[in-house]
Amino acid sequence: MNTKILKAIATKDILEVKQNKAAWMPMVIVPLIFVLLIPLGLILIPQFLDIPIDEFLADPDLEIFLANMPPSLQQTLEGLDPIQSALVMALGYMFAPLFLIFPLMFSTVIAAESFAGERERKTMEALLYTPATDSELFMGKVLAAFIPALILTWGSFFGYMIVVNAASFPLFGRIWFPLPSWWPLMFWIAPALALLGISATVLISVRNQTFMGAYQLSSSLLWSW
Amino acid sequence: MEAIVRVDQLSYRYGECLAVDRLCFESQPGEVLGLLGPNGAGKTTTVRLLNGLLVPASGQLTVMGLDPVSQGCRLRRHTGVLTETPALYERLTARQNLNFFGVMAGMESPALETRIAELLAFFELTERANQRISAYSKGMKQRLALARALLHRPKILFLDEPTSGLDPEASRAVHELIESICRQNGQTVLLCTHNLHEAQRLCDRLVILDRGQLLAFGSMDDLRQQFVPGLWVAVEFLRPLPSAAAEQLLTIPGVVQVKPEDKRTWTIRVENESVVPSLASYLVAMNAALLSLMPRQVSLEEIYFKLQRGDRFAHQEVQHEY
Repeated sequence: MNTKILKAIATKDILEVKQNKAAWMPMVIVPLIFVLLIPLGLILIPQFLDIPIDEFLADPDLEIFLANMPPSLQQTLEGLDPIQSALVMALGYMFAPLFLIFPLMFSTVIAAESFAGERERKTMEALLYTPATDSELFMGKVLAAFIPALILTWGSFFGYMIVVNAASFPLFGRIWFPLPSWWPLMFWIAPALALLGISATVLISVRNQTFMGAYQLSSSLLWSW
Repeated sequence: MEAIVRVDQLSYRYGECLAVDRLCFESQPGEVLGLLGPNGAGKTTTVRLLNGLLVPASGQLTVMGLDPVSQGCRLRRHTGVLTETPALYERLTARQNLNFFGVMAGMESPALETRIAELLAFFELTERANQRISAYSKGMKQRLALARALLHRPKILFLDEPTSGLDPEASRAVHELIESICRQNGQTVLLCTHNLHEAQRLCDRLVILDRGQLLAFGSMDDLRQQFVPGLWVAVEFLRPLPSAAAEQLLTIPGVVQVKPEDKRTWTIRVENESVVPSLASYLVAMNAALLSLMPRQVSLEEIYFKLQRGDRFAHQEVQHEY
């Protein structure tokens, strides 16, 4: 497989996305909401609005819920006050699956557009007349979606790490995030899941005549999965 | 000389539709070969087959001695294709487009940058090289698409409807470009067109197709000889000639056909040039008010329509024939 061809296809597609504001704007807005606004809200609002969080955490159902958590989680929460526990639960555990969805959220548009978009814009034929093999075209398109998705996901993760630690520092007095489980999640599971989802979407795009059809089908499949 | 493109009994189906039907032709290095036919004749399909984009249903084909089916990627390093639509990335600039296709063709810096600059200058696009293609006119896009096809100095150039949708001025510019590029560089060109004037002007030999079938193959002279032998003479009279004169003209040895175009203009087909003086003498002798007499070659248009819609035109000819 010719790496120069893969790089050329990926670079070209990324450049095209970069030129299309409507395509990359959601990629910026979504992380801003999940990485900046929601964590900040969760950390700061209870402090400033004087929400009786102790009462909320004293809920017997929540106590049962916490008591049935795996020992490793209980160990993490040991010695933390109720507010700290709530933040660790929410920001350290409940937000984690979001970072598995992020790469797919970022890449579905690019991956669905990969071949169907070329076909719609009538550029597919010119691409096929190049000396690239089918597998090079496929891999190039997968990389075009995978690289920005991974960069954005990792960027969001580091942004989230800074926001969470900085905003909660007055409450914890130390840097507590990320929890150990986040490392394999971010650098192993998320890329693998993204690669799988993107490959499936690009395959759907190969078979679909229109971007809309490819996007709808791949979104339905990925989200239902 | 060894043929650079050889097609033998080539067939291809799109589902039930036979797009190419037992097609046979060949092309010599350095020639401009025209693939001529109406929409749906199989021209574009043939180009796709020759580049290994489609797998034939049956038949043999070799391009530069390579099998497009099994050696398509290798072959495409040596072919350049101007697709029917410019097929350029509208959000990218001209330079970015050329750079992408150059890398895809295996070109490397700095030779690629030099070649891009050379082509942009040649096609008069240097000043707008860093502008997005979406801001380009159709003619500019077509020139850029042609530049892309020539970028890696292909040995064979496939031009699919190069002037489709262009205004006459832009079409003429593209014709001049094709002529100069091909004649100077000695590239083999396969030109797909349904523009008969374009084909007659640019092509050394022609493959005339209809519904995937080969109707004729050869040079203009071959086709004339084969399908409309002889020479046409356009005769203009100052005063209308009685229609009975047509019968008399047919008695001249070598006169094959007489067609009055209107009251004062007749077209007469003769066997060869040597009949023209006899015809002129006869007309003078019969006191025809002869204004002009102009021998002319049968055009590709006449041959093409004779081949494509033989029955209908044959019927019209019978009506006018004396």
